[in-house]
Amino acid sequence: MHPFAYEAPGSIEEAVALLDKHGDRARPIAGGTDVLVQARANRWDLDAIVDVKNIPELTQISHYPDGSVSIGAAVPCYQIYEDQKIRDAFPGIIDAVEMIGGIQIQSRASLGGNLCNSSPSADGICPLIAYNAVCHIAAPGGENSHRDVAVEDFCTGPGSNVLGRGEILVSLVLPNPGDNFGAAYERFIPRNEMDIAVAGAGVSVKLNDAGDTFEAARVALAAVAPVPLVVPAAEAALVGNSVSEATIEAAAAAAADAASPISDMRGTIAQRKHLSGVLTRRMINKAVERARG
Amino acid sequence: MTTQVTPGPSRVHVRTTINGNSHEFLVPPYMSLLDTLREIVGLTGTKEGCLDGNCGACTVSLDGRIVDSCLVLGAEIDGKSVETVEGMATSEGLHPLQQAFLEEAALQCGICTPGFLVAAKGLLDNEPAPDEHRIRHWLAGNLCRCTGYDKIVRAVQKASAEMA
Repeated sequence: MHPFAYEAPGSIEEAVALLDKHGDRARPIAGGTDVLVQARANRWDLDAIVDVKNIPELTQISHYPDGSVSIGAAVPCYQIYEDQKIRDAFPGIIDAVEMIGGIQIQSRASLGGNLCNSSPSADGICPLIAYNAVCHIAAPGGENSHRDVAVEDFCTGPGSNVLGRGEILVSLVLPNPGDNFGAAYERFIPRNEMDIAVAGAGVSVKLNDAGDTFEAARVALAAVAPVPLVVPAAEAALVGNSVSEATIEAAAAAAADAASPISDMRGTIAQRKHLSGVLTRRMINKAVERARG
Repeated sequence: MTTQVTPGPSRVHVRTTINGNSHEFLVPPYMSLLDTLREIVGLTGTKEGCLDGNCGACTVSLDGRIVDSCLVLGAEIDGKSVETVEGMATSEGLHPLQQAFLEEAALQCGICTPGFLVAAKGLLDNEPAPDEHRIRHWLAGNLCRCTGYDKIVRAVQKASAEMA
């Protein structure tokens, strides 16, 4: 491991300046549960680690009057699942943050870090897509230099994403899902806890007032493509159709069809495609249950 | 013979509380909290297992939350409070968890034990009467490769009962 310096700036501007100065030879750190492991594995030669936990915007959860929520990129999992308002309004996010690692990891690991690590198997990314979450990104060039990117457009490959030199993920903004909305995330792992998804599915649905027709849907799959995979065909199979076994089965089949996994130590292509269908079906049913309250 | 010294990044000044005692030291910026405790502070009760956050052998409490100290930098604990296994026993005697681990034979080689003790204390400090499922779930981040988990879970249940 390359001996790196430790920086703990107190503002976004300072953090961005440090990251801009060092380029590829610096990484931001929140919980460190991915970055420190990868630094030790010599994935990068780092001159500096930039600890972002002293920056207020990255460490706060803000609930807005319009029902949206902003989750600071460095907020650890436990602060998310101990937030009663997030539990009530965004249970699909809770599904993920309660299953990432064990208790020790949840004390440190953040949802923003899970996204920035950009692993296709990340548990946090698919439910963010299901909630149509947006990344608030700060860039070099002064206080007002920032941009917003939809979470579904953030990852560009295994371990890579749209963040450019000096850019930093500040927060994740989840819009108010509104009425008759439900979302859920589940993964398959051979253990009960502390494992990486063989496959996962994050789903959201919006039903009509009667609760018998899909008005909108999001379907995203984990660990079955180079990036968390949005499945428009599965969404299209739901929207406008009645909440029925046949409709849901068609969406599940579309998810299994869209999955393009690899075979590795965790599972085979056939197993992962099968799991994509099963998990999608189950998560649609769970999302419907939550949408109906 | 001369030794070539490569200049590295500056050490970081840390003021912290460990097991209730104030400590002040300089730490290399890339050193883990685990190594900081063992090599700089001299508290070797915390053990190194996997060094990547899977085994929990290095579990310590950081501001009241259990963490894997291998995945924390020593530089990060400035201004914070750390509790290690050395802080569990008092002059009165062993912590009820330590006593229960002895009585239930919940250890064999002992490498995982400090991590299990600190993790279990983190549970009982906040939830005095967890059920077996909750205990097993809470301790999922701690691995034992000799005793097995039943004796460890029984020891935590026993300590929980005695602390009630």
